Amino acid sequence: MSDLALPVVSPSGDRTAPFLARADHHPENGTLLGFWLYLMSDCLVFACLFATYGVLGRSYAGGAGGAQLFELPLVALNTSLLLLSSITYGFAMLEMQRRRVRATLVWLVITGLFGLGFLGVELYEFAHLIAEGHGPQRSAFLSSFFALVGTHGLHVTFGIVWLVTLMAQVGRHGLIAENRRRLACLSMFWHFLDVVWIGVFTFVYLMGVLP
Amino acid sequence: MSNASHHDTEHDHESGAPHSTLRGYLTGFVLSVVLTAIPFWLVMGKVFPSSTLTAAILLAFAAVQIVVHMIYFLHMDAKSEGGWNLLALIFTLVLVVITLAGSIWVMYHLNVNMMPAMSGPSSMP
Repeated sequence: MSDLALPVVSPSGDRTAPFLARADHHPENGTLLGFWLYLMSDCLVFACLFATYGVLGRSYAGGAGGAQLFELPLVALNTSLLLLSSITYGFAMLEMQRRRVRATLVWLVITGLFGLGFLGVELYEFAHLIAEGHGPQRSAFLSSFFALVGTHGLHVTFGIVWLVTLMAQVGRHGLIAENRRRLACLSMFWHFLDVVWIGVFTFVYLMGVLP
Repeated sequence: MSNASHHDTEHDHESGAPHSTLRGYLTGFVLSVVLTAIPFWLVMGKVFPSSTLTAAILLAFAAVQIVVHMIYFLHMDAKSEGGWNLLALIFTLVLVVITLAGSIWVMYHLNVNMMPAMSGPSSMP
């Protein structure tokens, strides 16, 4: 960026750029920083949903509570699926750094399958709850539960749509600089969803079943 | 071809994209598995009789695991994107803490102090 700073003639006559901080390395591409700022705003969305659940999570309106409704083995399975998808996405990024298209695609497919498995288990859980009369309209606790966990599931859904799109892009154009940038953004998105899930399984499920 | 890929590698380096390593991912994964398994075991095995103690331990494990994910999976450090990543994260964390703690605190006190005295839960509409 140094070519943007015009040389200034100082009183002593030297042509210097006194306002240019040369030590500060400014990235030439702001996409990753911009995407990080998006993730932080998404973090605030989840903070509001967590706060809502924190306030309403014990208002059962005479209905069933977390201890009766949550099946922890299912949650443990979901947590492992999401954690495994995180590490396989990491492997895809490692293959991307080595410029191996096929291996990158294979790891992306495995990541997508783990993501689909996660969604499948979550949809099964939701369908099971709703079928037994514990839908979001039953109590404030269930409303806030479905809002929070459903928003996370929606994020995973769009992450999978994005993943499939990028697999088509990589398959067609290879690991060009644009695709590597896109994969790096999706990597942040995917790992961010795993971070949010840590909050969900701790705050909603594990603390929800405590007596 | 090798020339082009060499140029691309340099570009990656200059654009500040984090360079991940297998070692880093595996370390993060193993730590995450341990930090996930212990909370599940604490709750499913009913290790502590006190709910408050268990909840406090669960929150501590979650906080540590979030830091592990930030470092090993999201490649956060003080230098990424010239420190702006960390600055944005700290700002966000301040807002998150205000939102969470503020909401729960205010609403708890409204519940305790301003709800009319009720004969029982059945009188709720």
